[in-house]
This record gives sequence, C-alpha cells and structure tokens, in this order.
Amino acid sequence: MARNVNFDLSHPLMEAGLESPVDEEVVHDSFNQLIAEQSRSDGLSDAFELQQLQRDLEEEEGQDDVPYLSSPGHEFRGNRPRRRDVEWYDGERRVDPLIGERWSSATLKVLSSMPSRTIGRSRGAIISQYYNRTMQLRRRRQSRPSIRDFSHSARPSIRGYGMEVDGTDAEGTEVSKRERLVNNLQNLSASDRVRMLRAMPLSVAEKSELRRLALQKEKRTITGSKIPCCSRLKYYIIIAFRQSWYSWLSFMHSLQLWQVALKRVSGRFGTGVLSYFLFLKTLLFFNVFLFLVTGSFLVLPQAVHPPELAANRPSFSGLELLTGAGYFSDTVMYYGYYSNYTLQSCRDNVSMSDGTSCTSKQNSYNMPLAYFFTIGVAFFITCIILVYSMSKSFGQSFRIDKSHSILAVKVFCSWDFKVIKRTSVKLMSENICTQLRELLAEVNHKDANNTACQKLWRLMIHGLAWVICIGSTIGCVLGIYYFSDYMHNQTTTLLDEARLLALPVLVSLINLLLPGLFNLAAWMEDYDSPSVCAYVAIARNLMLKVSVLGVLCNHWLLNVTADPKLTCWESFVGQELYRFLLMEFIFTLLDTLFGELLWRLFSERVLKRRRKPVFDIARNVLELIYGQTLAWLGVLFTPLLPAVQILKLLLLFYIKKSSVMMNCQAPRKPYRVSQMTTIFITLLCFPSFLGASVCVTYTMWSIKPSTTCGPFRELKTMFQAGKRWVEELEKDNPNLSLLARAHSYLVENPFFLFVGAGIFLIVIYFHYQVVDGQRKIINLLQEQIENEGEDKKFLITRLQSIHEQKRTPARRLPSQDSGC
Amino acid sequence: MGNLINHVMSLLTPHWWTCVMSRWCSVVCRRLHGRYRELAPHLVPLDYSNNPDIRVPLTLIVTMPELKENPFRDRIVETFSEDGQGNLTFNDFVDMFSALCETSPRELKTIYAFKIYDFNRDNFICKEDLQRTLNKLTKGELTPEEVTLVCDKAIEEADLDGDTKLSFADFENMISKAPDFLR
Repeated sequence: MARNVNFDLSHPLMEAGLESPVDEEVVHDSFNQLIAEQSRSDGLSDAFELQQLQRDLEEEEGQDDVPYLSSPGHEFRGNRPRRRDVEWYDGERRVDPLIGERWSSATLKVLSSMPSRTIGRSRGAIISQYYNRTMQLRRRRQSRPSIRDFSHSARPSIRGYGMEVDGTDAEGTEVSKRERLVNNLQNLSASDRVRMLRAMPLSVAEKSELRRLALQKEKRTITGSKIPCCSRLKYYIIIAFRQSWYSWLSFMHSLQLWQVALKRVSGRFGTGVLSYFLFLKTLLFFNVFLFLVTGSFLVLPQAVHPPELAANRPSFSGLELLTGAGYFSDTVMYYGYYSNYTLQSCRDNVSMSDGTSCTSKQNSYNMPLAYFFTIGVAFFITCIILVYSMSKSFGQSFRIDKSHSILAVKVFCSWDFKVIKRTSVKLMSENICTQLRELLAEVNHKDANNTACQKLWRLMIHGLAWVICIGSTIGCVLGIYYFSDYMHNQTTTLLDEARLLALPVLVSLINLLLPGLFNLAAWMEDYDSPSVCAYVAIARNLMLKVSVLGVLCNHWLLNVTADPKLTCWESFVGQELYRFLLMEFIFTLLDTLFGELLWRLFSERVLKRRRKPVFDIARNVLELIYGQTLAWLGVLFTPLLPAVQILKLLLLFYIKKSSVMMNCQAPRKPYRVSQMTTIFITLLCFPSFLGASVCVTYTMWSIKPSTTCGPFRELKTMFQAGKRWVEELEKDNPNLSLLARAHSYLVENPFFLFVGAGIFLIVIYFHYQVVDGQRKIINLLQEQIENEGEDKKFLITRLQSIHEQKRTPARRLPSQDSGC
Repeated sequence: MGNLINHVMSLLTPHWWTCVMSRWCSVVCRRLHGRYRELAPHLVPLDYSNNPDIRVPLTLIVTMPELKENPFRDRIVETFSEDGQGNLTFNDFVDMFSALCETSPRELKTIYAFKIYDFNRDNFICKEDLQRTLNKLTKGELTPEEVTLVCDKAIEEADLDGDTKLSFADFENMISKAPDFLR
C-alpha cells in the first residue's frame, strides 16, 4: 500500500502510519549529534547515553519486535494498537534503512531546544528560562505591554515569552543571555531579586556571581551618575539599616528555643510528633505576648503603687499554690487588687513637706481605663495573629483542585526526610509499604462487596458508638452542672480551701477518662480509613471539651455572679480558673506517668509486646488547646494567668519530650501533617479563642462588676469605663464632642455591628466565587495541556514526515509504484 | 531535609543567603567547611583560600548522619556532583545544603527532587525510574506485581500529556497538589 504523505489533517492513516517506531529511533539518534554540536560541555552525559542507545539500536536492527526504549525521543508509546505499528515497521524496514540518516539540522535544533528537554540540564537553558521569568516579573511590576507588540503565534500562551530558537553560536548566545539576565535582575526590586536568585537551580558559585554582577551594575549606576548627595546619603542609610536588620534577625534566630531537642524528636519520630511540640511552642509565644502586655500595662503600675490593704490578710501556707486563694487573693494576681482610681506617681513621694496628694497630673495612670483597654487590645491583637497564622497555614495545605493522584503523591511525597534514626527509617518504609498496599487494594476493589445486611450492621455499630459517646458526654456534663451547684451552695464559708479543689479534680478526671471511652468506641467501629478515624476522634473530644467549658462558663457567669455571699466574684472566678489550669497540668503529668511510662512497662513485661505505645498526637494537642482556652478566659480576672501558663508549658515541654523519647514510638497510621496543623490552628482560633472572647465580651458588656473590689467598682458594666473616659475628654475639650458622639453611635448602636458583619459575609462570598472560578480555570488549563501534548506529537511527526519526504524522494517513487 | 547544619543556616535567610552570597568565607561557610572536612580529614585541607580541586568520594559523603539512613542518599549526592559520579567538591557540598535546607524555595526543591528521582538522567521519570524509586522506598517489601501495579497507576494519575512518562511539568503539577512535600 502506498504511503501517501499528504497534508490532509483529517487523513486517518497519517497519524497511525507516522507512529512507526522507526521514525522515532532515527530522530532520537540524531539528537546525539545535535546536542554534541550545541553544548559540548553540558551535553556530554546526554551524548554518552544516546550513543549507548544508538549502539543498542544497531544491535537490535535485525529484530522484528518493536523495542521499548526509554529515551527522550521515544514519546509516542500510547494507546495505539501495536499491530499497526509492527505492520508499518516491517514495511518501512524492508524498503528504507532510515537509521543513521542525517536530518535537517534546523528540525533537530528545534526539537532539542524544546524547554521540556532542557529544564535543569544545560546552564544556557536555565539562564534563558529565568530570563523569561524575570522579564515577566518586570512586566508585571511595570505596565502590561499591549498584545499588538507581540508577533502572532498559534499559541497565545507563548506570546510575549520571547522564545528564541538558539542561534548557531552556543557560547555567544549563552553569554548574551547571561548579560540580559543580569540586566533584568538589576531592574527588579531587591526582594524580587533575592527570591528569583534563590529559586534558580544553579550552583551557589554561579548565583553569587550573578548577584555580584547585578549589584555591581547597580552601584555603578548609582555612583557614576550625578545623583545629589542627599539621596545618596539616603541610599547609604537604607543599606546600613538593612545590614543591621539582618544582623538583628540572625541574633534572634540564634536564640532559637529548643532547636536541638526538636531536632532529636523529629529525627526519631518524624514530623507528626514534631508538630505537637511546634504547636506547644506557638502557644508559648502567644502567652509570652499576653504576659508582656498585661504585665507592663497592668501588673507593673499597680505593683509600683499598691493600694491600701485590708488588715486581716491570711498568712502564707503551702495550700495557696494549689488553690490560688488565701494569701494570693489580695495580691496583684487577681482582679480584686486593682484600684479604681487614677494612679498618680507623686502620691508616694513622702519627701513632700505637706504630704497632700500633688495636683499636677503629669504621671497619672487611669487604672480602670488601662485595664479595660489592655484586655481589649490584647485580645484584638491575639485575634489578628491567630487569623493570620490560620490563613497562612490554610494556604499552605489547602489545594483547590481535588487531587486524584493519590498513588503518585504517596510514592513521591510520603518519605519524611527529617527522620534519621535507623529503626525509625525501617518503620517508615514498612508504613509506606502498608499504605501502598492498602491504596492498591482500595483502587482495585473500589466497589466493596457489602450486602445490604452488612451495611445495615455497620450503620448500627456506628450509631451505637455515637450514642455511647454523646450519652456519656451529656451525662458527664449534667454531673458537672449539678455538682458545681451543690458545691457552691453547700459550703457556708467559701474559703474552705480543700473543698474548692473538688470541682477541678472532677472535671480533669472526666477529661482524662472519657477520651479512653471514645477510643474504645472507635475500636469497636473499626474504621477503614485512618484519616476518617482521626477526624471522628477529634470531633468527639472537641465536643466533650466544648460542652464541659460551656457548662462551667454558664456556672460562673450566671450562678457565681449572682451570689450575694461573694464579695468579690471576679477574684473568685479568677481563682477557679487558676485551680482548673493547675489541676489540668497535674492530671496531664499523671497521665504521662501512667498512660505512657507504666503502660509501656506493662506491655513490655506482662503482655510481652515488642511495640511501644503510640503517642496520640490529636488528643495531646486538644488538651493544649483546652488549657489555652482556660488561660484566655482567665486573663480578664487574673492578669498573671499567662505567666502561670508559660511556666506550665515550659515544664510540659520537657516532661513530654522525655516521655516520648523513652516510652513511645511513632504513629503507625499515616499522618497528614499540614492538614492536621491547619485543623489545630483553626480549632485554636474558632471554638477556643472565639468562645473565650465571647465570654469575656459578655462579661464586660453586660455583667455588673462587684461593688467592693476591682477597678470597675462603681460602674454599671466594665464597658462604662471607656464611655466615661470619652465623656471626660469631651468635658475637658469641647472640640472632641464629635468624637464622643461618633463613639457612642458606633460602639453602642448594634446597627453598625450588623452592617459590619454583613459586609464581612459579602466579602467572604466574593472570595468563594473567586476560588470557584479558579477551580474551573484549572480544569480548563489541564485540558489545554493535554491538547498541547497532542499538538506536540503531531508537529514532530509532521516534521519528520516532511523531511523524510524531502530526503528520499527518489527512493520513494519505486516503493509507491510497487506498493499499489 | 533537616540536618544539623541547618540550625545554623536554614532559618537565617535572608541573612544567611546574603552572607553566603556576599562573602564567600563567612562564618556559615566556615562551619560548612568544618563539616566537609570532618568527612575526610586527610583529603580536605584546612586552608581553602586558593580553591584546591579536592573531591570527597561518594562513599565518605554518605557516612554523614543525615544521609546515612536515607534510601536516596546515593542519588542525592550524585545529583549535586559535577561529574555525576557522586564526588563532591566543596562548592557542590554547599549547593547540596543550600538546595535541601528547610527554607529553600519549593520550586527549587521540586527541580532537584525531579533530578533525584530521575535515575537514568533522561529528563523524564519513566516507569523504570519509578520502579527503582519504589523499591528504594519500601526496601524490597512489595512483590514485583505490586510494584508494577503501583507504577502503572501512578503514571496514569500524574501523566498529563499522555506520553506515559512524567516530564518535569507533570511532576511539578502533581507535587503542587501535595502540601507535605520534602519537608
């Protein structure tokens, strides 16, 4: 049959016939010559491989089978039927020995300089790729050029890319490309330049050379030109400032807390367990910030100007450390100590002869206002930091496109490079093995052969497990409710110290034991997918902790505040929170001791198991979040509570670290760190911080402060402090009446709150639509990539056929005649 | 790839980076030189000011604690070596650390990861490359049929332009969907 080489695109034989493997082998052969021609030094390794392949080819010339070669030119193995290939192959072989033929150098140059073949290989290709990228960046930073400036091309995607076919002189083009890249780098801003240089896959020596050239040019343009001396001075100041900022940064980073300890933990257990300790570190920084703010604005001024103390202060006994009451109740630790007047520094100046309070208001400090604003601003800044870190973490872990490539991702991305201990590495490879097997099983047997009966049974089991969990939670919550009422009403004198500890002990006990029950329920349910199991466990624990905290807040804010027997209910609530925090810490210690150490000894000696217990990351992180919620709830009533939390976290770090190193092993189930970290930060922000701030806001807004203690003594609500200050300002300075009126409208009128919330929701909706649109664009781009792949195949085969026709017109004619 | 030297340099970018770029013999480089020297004290001189041409062979480099247990240690060292055999000069050593440290940009890590996984260095991750990767990952625990099945499915999932190999674009696209990459 004649092999008509025509340019009819719809001709069906075209594509089938042109995929004869012979053509491909010839093309890929000649790459050898071209690549050796083009870039002598860089292409050596390629040249060697291709020569080897060519030798292999020559050996296999006599075979009829189509050899499968993994090589750059061999791209068209696909879904085409092999029989046709073999047919054409035989036909061609008998007529034309095409191997060893020289192709037109233009075609080969085009083919070998395709970007997909040269990424990361030759330096010239990298430089030209990054030249294009810097060009794009420059254009994006400046104005967009009009599309008419670019030459027409069939592919709009490469318009404006400035793709050039390599010229004949390889060395010359590389040098000129480098010059242009340096020029582009010089024109970028410093941060863009740094980012671009860092991302280049060149060696450090070359990068430093590029940077030096770019800066050299910059210096030359600065010093050479006639810049007035004041802007040169400004330039030098900026440089000096930048250098000092870098030195400061390096100093800060050299103070890295716990770097070596974290390294050891991650080396043995991987990034999953490491994420728990990093979360602990994050919480520590939040508390340090809170402590600095409250310490410097509240504790310090009040400590320097102590108010008059009551005569009958109890003496210090050891129990105070546990209960927080007694000696501590009249100290700067609690709300009740703080004065409700403006502190003035010359009050204590006893050297004044007349002893009266001084009239000058130079060093006055309005304590109620300071208290109100400090707490408000601390919460506001914490909110901003939390939302920022949550969004950053979310951005890193959220992927718009729902990934279907599970297996591929598992192969490439599941190895944890931080692990360096041999046994852990062995464990990790076993884990990956198991996961791959499970994935394969899942992929192969997608339709589970579950009969209706089995499905019903599973549903019943799940329902039962949930009933158990929810029932036990409700039961415990009711128990706490009634017990708290009972304890509150029973004691006649509330300073009966030991009884105060009963409620915290009960709550901590519930928090410790109930998750064990949830684990049992999950074991009974036997989930297929480990991630679903993890999420369900987190949900149940979260439900328990939220309900417990809810009932406690209810108890405090409703029962305790309305109790006439309590003279200073805020201090009492502060003490309660201190006790809860402390009990939680003690019970965590006990859990570490019994849950981890003794269990390991038990399982090794008695049960004779070889595997150590697993460190339950999710449960531990939820406990940290619970503790932090208590701390945030208590800041209003106990300004020194962040300090207690800091001490607690410091001790917890070392205890947990030693326990983990001694008693535990890495989790066997796969743990998706980025997702889990995002979930935990979100949980820290939403139920935890939001709940705490809602409680605090409600307290400040609606509850009447106690009349005998604290900075808000005679006010109706704590919020009145701010309002009173604005009224005073207005009185002193009538020009600020506008501010006062604006303040009263904005803050007191709920209308603005609704408007603000409405605007916020609209913005969220728009962003959601944008994300949706981006998802659609991603799908379109993927289709486009597939089409481009088809285009590429088609063009290459067309090029081959054209050159083949040109090269062997004479030889073709007899074959055409005979074929018909 | 976290390792001990990174607590010196990794989080100091941009300071580390500008330091290394601007002055070759900075404190950081001196420390790196110390690490390099302790691998082969008889080969590496103390004084590097005249840039001697010294190459530490592969067998010594993979004795580093961070690389010792890594299944891809040979490929990692080979990728960064000039001669492709795994003998690293000091420049290559610094390159390796700078590319694999915690704060190096993700694009750079993707490029080098692609090179590492590309065993036959043809700029594509073909089925054989994938099989070898898998065998190194699982240390030969999977049966050959399972390995073939996984490779087929993986290529099917990740290959976008239909050439049954993973080019760099396919690899990059797949990695972009996985947030937990090469920490």
